[in-house]
Amino acid sequence: MIEFLDGNEAVVRGAVAAGCGFFAGYPITPASSILTGMLKALPRTGGVAIQAEDEIASIGMCLGAAAAGKRALTATSGPGMSLYSENLGMAQMMELPLVVVNVQRQGPATGSATKGAEGDVQFARWGTSGGLPLVALAPTTVEECFTLTVRAFEIAEQLRTPAILLTSKELAQTRERVDLEALGGDTGGMRLPVPPGEVPALHPIGGPTLARFTTSSHDERGHITGDPAIIDRLVRRLAAKIEHAAPELEIVREDLRAGAATLVVSYGVTARAAREAVAAARDAGLAVSHLILHTLWPVPERAIREALGGFEPGADGTPAPRVGPASRSAPVRRVVVPENNLGQYAREIERLAAGCGVDVVPVNRMDTGLVTPGEILDAIRSVHPSPPRIG
Amino acid sequence: MTFLNRPPRDFPFCPGCGHGGTLQALDSAMTRLDLNPARTAIVTDIGCIGLSDQYFNVHAFHGLHGRAVTYASGLKLADPDLTVIAIMGDGGCGIGGTHLVNAARRNVGITLVVCNNFNFGMTGGQHSVTTPCGGITATTTEGNPETPLDLCALVSAGSAPFVARTTVYDQALPDLLAKAIAHPGFSLVDVWEICTAYYVQTNRLNAKSLKELMAGLGFASGVIRESPRPEAAHLLRERARVSERAAESGPAALECAAEAAPGGAAAAPPGGAAPAALRGLSCEFPGTLHDRVSIVIAGSAGEKVKSCAAALGTAAILCGGFATQKDDYPITVMTGHSAAEMILSPSRIEFTGIDSPDILLILSQDGLRWASKILARMGPDQTVLADDGLDLPSGRSRVLRFPFRASAAEAGKKSIPMLALGTLLAGRPVVPLEALRRAVALTQKPPVAEVNLKAIEQGAALAGGS
Repeated sequence: MIEFLDGNEAVVRGAVAAGCGFFAGYPITPASSILTGMLKALPRTGGVAIQAEDEIASIGMCLGAAAAGKRALTATSGPGMSLYSENLGMAQMMELPLVVVNVQRQGPATGSATKGAEGDVQFARWGTSGGLPLVALAPTTVEECFTLTVRAFEIAEQLRTPAILLTSKELAQTRERVDLEALGGDTGGMRLPVPPGEVPALHPIGGPTLARFTTSSHDERGHITGDPAIIDRLVRRLAAKIEHAAPELEIVREDLRAGAATLVVSYGVTARAAREAVAAARDAGLAVSHLILHTLWPVPERAIREALGGFEPGADGTPAPRVGPASRSAPVRRVVVPENNLGQYAREIERLAAGCGVDVVPVNRMDTGLVTPGEILDAIRSVHPSPPRIG
Repeated sequence: MTFLNRPPRDFPFCPGCGHGGTLQALDSAMTRLDLNPARTAIVTDIGCIGLSDQYFNVHAFHGLHGRAVTYASGLKLADPDLTVIAIMGDGGCGIGGTHLVNAARRNVGITLVVCNNFNFGMTGGQHSVTTPCGGITATTTEGNPETPLDLCALVSAGSAPFVARTTVYDQALPDLLAKAIAHPGFSLVDVWEICTAYYVQTNRLNAKSLKELMAGLGFASGVIRESPRPEAAHLLRERARVSERAAESGPAALECAAEAAPGGAAAAPPGGAAPAALRGLSCEFPGTLHDRVSIVIAGSAGEKVKSCAAALGTAAILCGGFATQKDDYPITVMTGHSAAEMILSPSRIEFTGIDSPDILLILSQDGLRWASKILARMGPDQTVLADDGLDLPSGRSRVLRFPFRASAAEAGKKSIPMLALGTLLAGRPVVPLEALRRAVALTQKPPVAEVNLKAIEQGAALAGGS
């Protein structure tokens, strides 16, 4: 069924499709239409949606509902994410599944409330005390706002973790043609392999097995403990369950060209400009690879390393990936990383490319405007070796 | 029978601390009510009292400081028949005061037991919102200069249906707690205690003088307020049942239910696109959208620029094409400009930014002010359609002027954008006029659509006359 929807509407549809049963939120531009959408949609499926008194109460209610066994969602923007911070850590500690949508807007603080930017990328990863990993996904289209919302629910539930969906004003409030039904197989069924004992079963409050959730360091039965050995086991398991699932959590789009010396790595709304820039570069005869990241946290290291390692033509002429860490002989020499912030994810690329002789070239903008295809194309051209190598 | 999983002597509290007494009274109350442990949850806050959930054989949730009421509310809203008891200290009531007021006002059926000992015991005896004036604490060594908060008055201000206050030494405490738990709505019991580690060390206060302190401050005691009203969790569940039944009976019933439900109007999708959303769009005018075109519509607030743009985008989709729509308006939505940036394209649209549009419609002075920078960037291959009453700066783009506002005088200002689109498409069929008419019929409510269909004809007639 073809419709003309914006990203926030697609998130609401995704949440309903994923069986979300509880929503609490507080109005904030540009996330408010998720609140109004959920208030309308959830009662129709027997769920509960409520406007809380503030962001802290919103996420608090969601965590209560999650402990009662409901699939819970909340949505906000940068200022609200700041207020979610402490409870995000509690969700990690209690291992409560929760999907949090951060409809990013230009910041810091109140910033430009009605304008876009994607400046909360590192904040998504390091936004609560303790530094334990969590999951963050970033759509690039309205359709992906739907599919990745569904994915976020699956991941949150299977790993018993908060999962953040990083959208932005530009996706949330831009309508485009979508066909959510046609996405079919993309709407569910993800099963993460979880090692036994790594993610304990969730016994909901109100069920037959008495449950004990605690924000404090605790043993396997939920009792508060000061025993360093037990605490060590707890925090290492909380980290390991995300880290071990990382390979399966890698949601990326690879558009790689054999022999390309330039790689563009993009995510979020900027990926759309990058697609146009890469197409224009190829039209001009340049060999450019493009990797779009939908999973930002944990870092999709396998896909990035693979793309950094470059592609050589296989025996039959098709590109064959050289899996593994990039080597000095890697044909990728430069990585263009366009971001709608002052350069946050580029440092992850730099980390993975360290020692490979690869230049990381950031293209940044945070003036409320979008990074344009022209700006990315200029970066590709300025760093591209001449004459271009065509694979 | 008891809900305690260990004898009270195993409580972790300091000798003489009031917490143990309150917990035993709570246990008696729960026993008296014969609660089902599997259907009961204790939510604790941070502080010494935050340790208490571990001693009860019920579900337990030990959350962040000051936020116990939010978790308890979430549990109750998710599971309306669950008995939810939150236990907080006076410190948590200070941090989370807003949650107390709002849970009371909302009437979420939880019971909040405040173990009030006038200071933060766990962190070293600092003053709290309930420390009496003059009270000596680690942070008020010269005597507390602040006035203590009457927690019962606070939640009463939020119309809490059950509010009570007493001391931990009151023989009637178990009764009072049982009454509070049995109350279907929000209930608060403010239990005054002594903190033997800190507060009583520096202040003249003991078990006997707690009552005198209460009287001296003029704080009410006993059952202070009992005024039942419908409980939030059950109310929302009932509303969901009505909505769910309507959803099962089809789209028409659903729209009625949405309109009937309080808040339904606010939940209506922008642009009134619900009817088309229910049916979906199909390619009714194949092969009629040939080129990628960017169009910016710049008008005034309250003149339906957004919904008109949504109809244009829908028209492009009806032609088998793609569209993007980005709106721009001031935070104070009823004043100033209202603009829409549109891209229509036969192929998928990636970058949605428009630096300099192919077509700019300027419909009002507000629109002109907003679009002036865009206008300055436009070149000779780009077209401006402007209301003829506007004073446009001279530029390089081709400017066509039409009496949009004057022509819409009869139908009203809300038809101005659609009228202008009629003019545009009659002169340059980016999409056929027929597709726009169809989009209007699909996305707008019949009375609105009727006005707009007329506006399209009027606008098209203007194009013929130019």
